[in-house]
Amino acid sequence: MSNDNQFPLWEVFVQAKSGTPYKHAGSVHAADKEMALMNARDLYSRRNEGTAIWVVPASAIVASSPEEIGSFFEPSNDKAYRHPTFYEIPAEVKHI
Amino acid sequence: MENNTVNFENVFNDKIGKNEYIEPKDWMPEKYRKTLIRQISQHAHSEVIGMQPEGNWITRAPSLRRKAILLAKIQDEGGHGLYLYSACETLGISREELIRQLHTGAAKYSSIFNYPALNWADIGAIGWLVDGAAIVNQVSLQRTSYGPYSRAMVRICKEESFHQRQGYELLLELCRGSKEQKAMAQDAMNRWWWPSLMMFGPHDADSAHSADSIKWKIKRETNDELRQKFIDKTVAQAEFLGLTIPDPDLKWNEARGHYDFGKIDWEEFNNVIKGNGPCNKQRLEHHVKVHNENAWVREAANAYAAKKAKAAKGALVA
Ligand SMILES: [Fe+2]
Ligand SMILES: [Fe+2]
Repeated sequence: MSNDNQFPLWEVFVQAKSGTPYKHAGSVHAADKEMALMNARDLYSRRNEGTAIWVVPASAIVASSPEEIGSFFEPSNDKAYRHPTFYEIPAEVKHI
Repeated sequence: MENNTVNFENVFNDKIGKNEYIEPKDWMPEKYRKTLIRQISQHAHSEVIGMQPEGNWITRAPSLRRKAILLAKIQDEGGHGLYLYSACETLGISREELIRQLHTGAAKYSSIFNYPALNWADIGAIGWLVDGAAIVNQVSLQRTSYGPYSRAMVRICKEESFHQRQGYELLLELCRGSKEQKAMAQDAMNRWWWPSLMMFGPHDADSAHSADSIKWKIKRETNDELRQKFIDKTVAQAEFLGLTIPDPDLKWNEARGHYDFGKIDWEEFNNVIKGNGPCNKQRLEHHVKVHNENAWVREAANAYAAKKAKAAKGALVA
């Protein structure tokens, strides 16, 4: 019997250049964190796509569930006053 | 209680109708999931098996420039396979199972890779025609309804254009070279043209999976539509090279605004799918052999990771 184990799954986040947020690029399989980082570099930055990489064990990610999407995000639905367009400012008032 | 019950199927259909994306944790019909696993895994296996006919030429590339280009191209294809395996795994199938299905023949890969790359011009023809056909298909799949598949396609499409251009440039060099070099290019064209057209799959009327795939927007254009697109854009490129497309029935149809083309030999296509192509056995055997020979690497990496994890735990306790 050969060893078929393909290693745990890691999620990869890449920062395109300093000052910008890290963005999810995709996933890799790796036995440990060093291998995860090297695989992520080989797979997601072959064309200078990034200057920094995070790898995170996929099992460590906690996600919201789509079934609860309504109630979960409901608290922000009725708060139009959080948006600047909610407020009426006379046209004479500038730079606000 | 009643108004808390969501009809998941309606939510799904609604999203498809509004051209929204389906994400891994969303409810989806079992057949949608199965169709995606079949299509994405076949796509992933094709990228990986497709490395073999080209890999065959790395040591024989005629210059360092060409060798570096070919290596980079093949490395990209391996990467494409990995993007797609990951997308497929979000549907609840493991990488181990995906590879097992390839090895047992339960999963397929594109028939095109069961043809041999016989001479150096074939490397040009593969880049220009095979990647060219793949690009037409993949550009369309960027709008597929499954989010992870779509994201993989966007990334792949960004990388593909160099694949096609290096192939075309290679052929252009041969076509501008000696008589023998031009003949090599024509020979490659003759052998790769029809299999490239077959890459789009059977005609719509004979395609077993088309209707559901279009309904669920897994595929956005049909096999015949994509094939026509590929032919229409490739003819002028062949003319520029001075190569003849091996189809006496190929001609511009003013009324349709498309090229008409000759009959595709579906008997050959089905024969290759059934396993009787020139390289079916060799391609699969090679994959199985390398997978088994590298088992010790996976074992060692796992053992090393386990040892380090244990040491880290020990340090924490101390
Ligand atoms: Fe590819
Ligand atoms: Fe490619």
